[in-house]
Amino acid sequence: MELDKKLIGHTFKPFTTTVEAGKIRLFCKAIGEEDPIYSDEAAAKAAGYRGVTAPLTFLRALQADDPNKGGLLRLLNVDIGLILHGEQHFEYFAPVVVGDKVTCQEKVVDIYDKKGGALWFVVQVMEMKDQTGKLVAKGRGVTVVRNPDAAKK
Amino acid sequence: MTTIPKFDQVKVGDALKPLVLPPVSRHQLALYCGGSGDHNPIHVDLDFAKKFGFKDVFAHGMLSMAFLGRLVTSYAPNNKVRKLGTRFTSITWVGDVITVSGKITGKREENGEKLIDLEVKCTNQNGQDTLQGNATVAAA
Repeated sequence: MELDKKLIGHTFKPFTTTVEAGKIRLFCKAIGEEDPIYSDEAAAKAAGYRGVTAPLTFLRALQADDPNKGGLLRLLNVDIGLILHGEQHFEYFAPVVVGDKVTCQEKVVDIYDKKGGALWFVVQVMEMKDQTGKLVAKGRGVTVVRNPDAAKK
Repeated sequence: MTTIPKFDQVKVGDALKPLVLPPVSRHQLALYCGGSGDHNPIHVDLDFAKKFGFKDVFAHGMLSMAFLGRLVTSYAPNNKVRKLGTRFTSITWVGDVITVSGKITGKREENGEKLIDLEVKCTNQNGQDTLQGNATVAAA
């Protein structure tokens, strides 16, 4: 298996998703987060937020709302069982709250291998803008692809 | 409610109050699968995980990163967090007991804003780091 470095620079089709209270509630249950700013509008407003707020890493859950989800794996022609998450970084410019319509745009910025091609690394950046067009966050993720051919050697 | 850290009172080397979590359970991974929209079966379907060479299902990296987020937002309010990033350095298995810890690594001013830099990490019951991350928060 070898990933095509010509895919560096590939830009995915942007999509827009609405931040939903129920999704944040389930996310918080899963991670054990109980701060009421993530569930109660009055508490969030009292704490200075516009509304029920998204936890910091919920941005990645918004990314998963992509109607063309799995686009990276299809682009690379890689099975989902072979990938691991190598790195994730977020920069926050403004909080995202329930009701916001967030537009996400992802791009592949690097592809490289280590250990003689046993592991491949795909670096993606993401920009998130709210309904006013304001940049609210940037993400940078590294997906690691385990080369199944390397394991057979 | 988390209060804004006071720049003058913060010292480099100060430790955050650690977060000791209950053991990671299969139920938690199922909840996170639904809650995060990351439906990769490797985290919830044992047959699938074994087919790809793993002994068991394992936690989503982003579940552990959410724990880093919980620690950081216990130190500074959500709307004061400027950056959060991590490397996923080893796999978190079902049953692992994760401790989330952090310390202050720097204080600086940028564009008129007082900033505090933090090192944050997740460590398992064997003392092995599973996530090595960092964060930047704005102070008062």
